[in-house]
Amino acid sequence: MLTGILSGFLLAPLAPALHRLFPRYSGWLLALLPAGLTLYFLQQWLPVTQQGPLLSHIDWVPALAMPLSFMLDGLSLLFALMICAIGALIFIYAGRYLEDHRDLPRLYVLLLCFMASMLGVVLSDNLIVLFVFWELTSITSYLLIGFNHEDANARAKALQGLIVTVGGGLALMTGFILLGQIGGSYELSVLITRGDTITAHPLYGLTLVLIVLGAFTKSAQFPFHFWLPNAMAAPTPVSAYLHSATMVKAGIYLLARLHPAMGGTELWLLLLGGAGAITMVLGVFLSLRATGIKRMLAYSTVMALGTLTMLIGLGTRTALLAAMSYLLAHSLYKGALFMVAGIIDHQTGRKDFLDTGGWARYLPVTSACAGLAAMSLAGVMPLFGFIAKEQLLEAGLNHGHALAPLFSAAIVVAATLGVAVAAVIGIRPWFGKPAALTHTPSEAPPAMLLGPALLAGLGLLLGLIPGLIDRSLLSAAASASLGERVTQPLALWHGINTALLISLGAVLVGLVLFRYWQGFRHATRWTDTLARFGPEQAYHRLMDGLVALSNSQTRLLQSGYLRYYLISTLLTLVALVIAALWLNPDALKLRPDFTDIQLHEAVIAAVLVIATLAAVTLQSRLGAVASLGAVGFSIALLYVLFSAPDLSITQVLVETLTVIMLVLVLFRLPGFLRLTRTRTRLADALVGITVGGMITVLLLSVLGSRYHGSIAHYFITESVPAGYGRNIVNVILVDFRALDTLGELFVLALAATGVYAMLKLRSKGDTTEPEETHD
Amino acid sequence: MTSLMALVVGVLYAAAIYMMLRRSIVKLVIGLVLLSNAANLLIFTAAGLRRDAPPLVPDDAQVPAGLVADPLAQALILTAIVIGFGVLAFAVVLIRRAYEVVEADDMHQMRDTDT
Repeated sequence: MLTGILSGFLLAPLAPALHRLFPRYSGWLLALLPAGLTLYFLQQWLPVTQQGPLLSHIDWVPALAMPLSFMLDGLSLLFALMICAIGALIFIYAGRYLEDHRDLPRLYVLLLCFMASMLGVVLSDNLIVLFVFWELTSITSYLLIGFNHEDANARAKALQGLIVTVGGGLALMTGFILLGQIGGSYELSVLITRGDTITAHPLYGLTLVLIVLGAFTKSAQFPFHFWLPNAMAAPTPVSAYLHSATMVKAGIYLLARLHPAMGGTELWLLLLGGAGAITMVLGVFLSLRATGIKRMLAYSTVMALGTLTMLIGLGTRTALLAAMSYLLAHSLYKGALFMVAGIIDHQTGRKDFLDTGGWARYLPVTSACAGLAAMSLAGVMPLFGFIAKEQLLEAGLNHGHALAPLFSAAIVVAATLGVAVAAVIGIRPWFGKPAALTHTPSEAPPAMLLGPALLAGLGLLLGLIPGLIDRSLLSAAASASLGERVTQPLALWHGINTALLISLGAVLVGLVLFRYWQGFRHATRWTDTLARFGPEQAYHRLMDGLVALSNSQTRLLQSGYLRYYLISTLLTLVALVIAALWLNPDALKLRPDFTDIQLHEAVIAAVLVIATLAAVTLQSRLGAVASLGAVGFSIALLYVLFSAPDLSITQVLVETLTVIMLVLVLFRLPGFLRLTRTRTRLADALVGITVGGMITVLLLSVLGSRYHGSIAHYFITESVPAGYGRNIVNVILVDFRALDTLGELFVLALAATGVYAMLKLRSKGDTTEPEETHD
Repeated sequence: MTSLMALVVGVLYAAAIYMMLRRSIVKLVIGLVLLSNAANLLIFTAAGLRRDAPPLVPDDAQVPAGLVADPLAQALILTAIVIGFGVLAFAVVLIRRAYEVVEADDMHQMRDTDT
């Protein structure tokens, strides 16, 4: 199973070379892989549907208890088959559709990676592994949607899809971790047997909401539905793949998969059922309002996703069976319809239903496929979509929950509008007055007809003979999602019952709606103003807000003025110290003691303070430098008084050099100007005093709390025996810590090089004479 | 005496920071000098002050008689003084060069990287 998943990734880098070798048949050749995988999964059909799930387990990161474990049960099999079979058709279709596109090899690479990631999602048994593949689908679909990367609109829409799905992914990851914790395992095959433990856990609600957030963003549920129609910026083959069997169905897969582990509660029903019903009605309504071919199809996908979410939310046996049938039916007809939309665009260049009409005579096969697929979408006898819709109605009507009538009403509304949508797709481009074209369109090439014909034909075949799959694949999928074994035969004809009557009514009303389509669009024009308060606007406002926030905080923090950097750093430091002391007041041990002071020490300290203040306040540069010298020499005296002769010598030497250097260099600079206002000066003084005060307090506290003796004991005792020196400080510098001193030498050498370079070297064209430092 | 030293260190820090917040680069350098002095004195005081006990070993002994001042802190400060001087020399020349280019002793005129 791992080989199957990885094969897509392995083939991906070879795809461009293959395309170069066989440019005309590359689509057919690459389709061999998904076709082969389809055969592999078909082979597993009998074992999986009759004997139970197939498990495979490879240790990946044992330390983190993260195995590469995979599970193939009915649900996975249904999805895997759809992914591979439709994938094969998409490759053949794309090879022809984008024949002359110079980036076709890149599309192949991305499609292969995407397909492999999708397979990973539906086959993973480990939550973390599933999540990795989940994010891979987000990233690859981002690249696919933004395939026309030179188009700013495509880039923006791709980014929108990415941000919404990856944002949801973040919630999903948290949810997965919580689920793993409360379920006691990260293996799905274990988790689905522990439904009672999980739903009874106090964190169940939070976990469910987080996971549902991930699934809803992926599967474009209200209020995250807006990214899906925008993803139409992708080339049509990509849309056909993303919308029919893959990407958006990942969320549905996850919900169906987790139903045994997390479903069956009131929260589950309300969350999924509610969001699903809203998405369903909203999707079909917006679909009927749209006129762009791909846009209308995209919104009808939103409707289908809403329907599926609602069905999984309802969670009964009938509902889950309906969900599986509907899932398959939708994949078949939506794949076919998107490919038809691509054919219309490819052969006539038209992208809007209003610009189409009367083309059945030019594109007979295409129109037949479109008609069959649209009938399946409408739920008309004898297509498979009809069976799915009957089950859907039954699931709503037979549900025992108090809110069930609401769900039923939503289903009826969606079914009715859905018929109108299907009629627009199945009738508008083909019949009526021919739309004017500069040239007579010809039928699409076989490579592009194969996909729609097969998918639409399969919709008809399964409608006529549901026995091919009902008791095996669909029942096995529903069993996996329900958590108990079901075997349910499907039939086209159930006799005359409520569902059939509603279905009939929906078809009639839907056809009337189609007759007055423009009138309907005109009458509902007012809803456009509502979009201003919709989630897409919220998304844009959020994005603008993020940019504005980062702008303002950059302006605030990155002012370019040294003083503001310093002030913010220092005040943060003070705040941190105060916070630390606030939390732990015992740490402050202030024992100021001013008794042990001798007069000469006090005098030196006073000189030091006065010189410091003079260096700060004097307006003459020379005076300031002289005061600085006084500060340095006072410190040297303090070093002498407190037993540090070496320090004192060094300090005197360095201080002398410093004063001479400052005087020589600064001599040529202008005198101090008064650059700041008094208020600023006072504020700066306050900052300085605050930090200085903090240092004093900390130092007093350090002196008041000495827990350990000095670590210098070793150096003191070993100075003579080991270092053969009687000046301990010197021995430390040149012997014990000689490497540190070497480093110090490097610093000095570096500084000297820099000084020399700046004084002596001038860039070319700089005519200023090198100036001597000793003028 | 240590308490008094703590106060002195605080004054040095306050003065250093005040000077570093000025717009004049010369004052910034003065602030830097004060800051390195303040930091040295801070370490010195924190290590404990001891009168008349330099960390020297008498000629006739293997170890000093009695307690001596902490030699490790002194070694650290010695290094710091020298490095501080290196940094200062570099900074002073840098300022001089910057002044030649910008022709102003005002950091607010040095915000752009192009000047």
